[in-house]
Amino acid sequence: MSGHAILAASSGSDPLIPDAGEIILGLIAFGLLCAVLIRTVFPRIETAYAARRDAIEGGIQRAEEEQAKARAAYEQYTAQLADAQQEASRFREEARADATRIRQEATQTAQAEAERVTRAAEERLSAERAGIVRELRAELGGLAVDLAGRIVGHVLESDAEQQQIVDGFLAELESGEGVADRDAATTTAHPAAHGHAAGPA
Amino acid sequence: MAAAIPTLVQVATAACDKGDPGYCAPSTDNFLYTSFASFHIAGIDFEITKLTMLLYLGIVIVAGVFLWCTRSSKIVPSKKQWLAEEAYGFVRNGVAGDVIGEANAARFGPYLASVFFFVLILNLFEIIPVAQVPVTGRIAYPAFLAAISWIMFNYLGIRQHGAKKYFKTMLFPPGVPWPIYILLTPIEFFSTLVVRPFTLAVRLFANMFAGHLLLLVFTTGAIYLFNVGGVSYVFGTVSGLMTILITFFELLVDLLQAYIFVILTAIYVQGALAEEH
Repeated sequence: MSGHAILAASSGSDPLIPDAGEIILGLIAFGLLCAVLIRTVFPRIETAYAARRDAIEGGIQRAEEEQAKARAAYEQYTAQLADAQQEASRFREEARADATRIRQEATQTAQAEAERVTRAAEERLSAERAGIVRELRAELGGLAVDLAGRIVGHVLESDAEQQQIVDGFLAELESGEGVADRDAATTTAHPAAHGHAAGPA
Repeated sequence: MAAAIPTLVQVATAACDKGDPGYCAPSTDNFLYTSFASFHIAGIDFEITKLTMLLYLGIVIVAGVFLWCTRSSKIVPSKKQWLAEEAYGFVRNGVAGDVIGEANAARFGPYLASVFFFVLILNLFEIIPVAQVPVTGRIAYPAFLAAISWIMFNYLGIRQHGAKKYFKTMLFPPGVPWPIYILLTPIEFFSTLVVRPFTLAVRLFANMFAGHLLLLVFTTGAIYLFNVGGVSYVFGTVSGLMTILITFFELLVDLLQAYIFVILTAIYVQGALAEEH
């Protein structure tokens, strides 16, 4: 304790011994200065620095961002355009394929229709022809029987008469009348009568 | 305040015996000013002297100038705002940024700048007319600033790495053969934990103390030689011119010592934060 007292007393003359009172008053002063500078002054300056940096770097950054955005939009549009072109060409291809397919289908349908019509016409024709042949055959048979009957009916008459009968028959034929009057009942027996009649002749 | 003015203009040259007609050389007593108020709290004597007045005048000047200069900060600064920003930026970027790292500039800049301008104004009182005594010429002020620096870098180092790793890398630097530690560890301990705060405080104190004595020698020498008269006028003139020269030199020393104090603090902090210190 006495040593401390001596130090305190001699601190006035020994420049290397710090004085406690000076330290405390100095700390208070330094604390006050720090409080003002660190709390108020330097934050203001930091804010100004930040604002300035933002004004410069922020401007550059904003410009770069805008540029990047524009580039992205351009790339997007280009991609979209390419897509659209691709799609259009795909549509064109599809349309062409569709057209070809439709044409082929139409051709096929038309061909099939034509064939069907042709076939139907042919069938009808052949049916008609068959009908006509049948009719003709029946009529011819009837006519032959008729003719044969007449010839047999007047067998004893003169050659002139026979000639007359034949001529008359032919004239009848030519006129077309009377042939139609022959009915189917008489014609059905004709092929046998005809063959019968032809035998003796 | 009326009592403060004679206290401020007071010149402490009272040490010499009045009966001695010879030259009265300046001594350590030149830092002892008569206190015009004193009080006693918890066993500690508080003396309010010229130095105490200058101390508080100093912080008022620094805080006032900075507050006035940064009153309205704009993106495009006014002259005074630019001045304040440059002054702060000198420490923030030139010391905290360059030494501790750009990322830490805003973290340590404010404290280091506060120390710098506190020390600077107290140093500059050495050559400011009427004041004409460096407050930092009293060991107490550099001592508590050095103590804060010491606590700060050790605290930051321990917080960054943990106490064990911090002291291990400090006392046992890696990449050294183990017998070297016998020599190296005491040196590292002594240099980092004892010498650093001591030199930090004493460097600043001694420069200011010596500078003040140097100025006093030439000033009082010139006055003495002019009083002697005769041929001594020539020497008195030389002494007076030297006073002017030394004043400019001391301006440089004042700036340099404030700068050295903060840059060393920054280096210690950087070392404590770095992986290998």
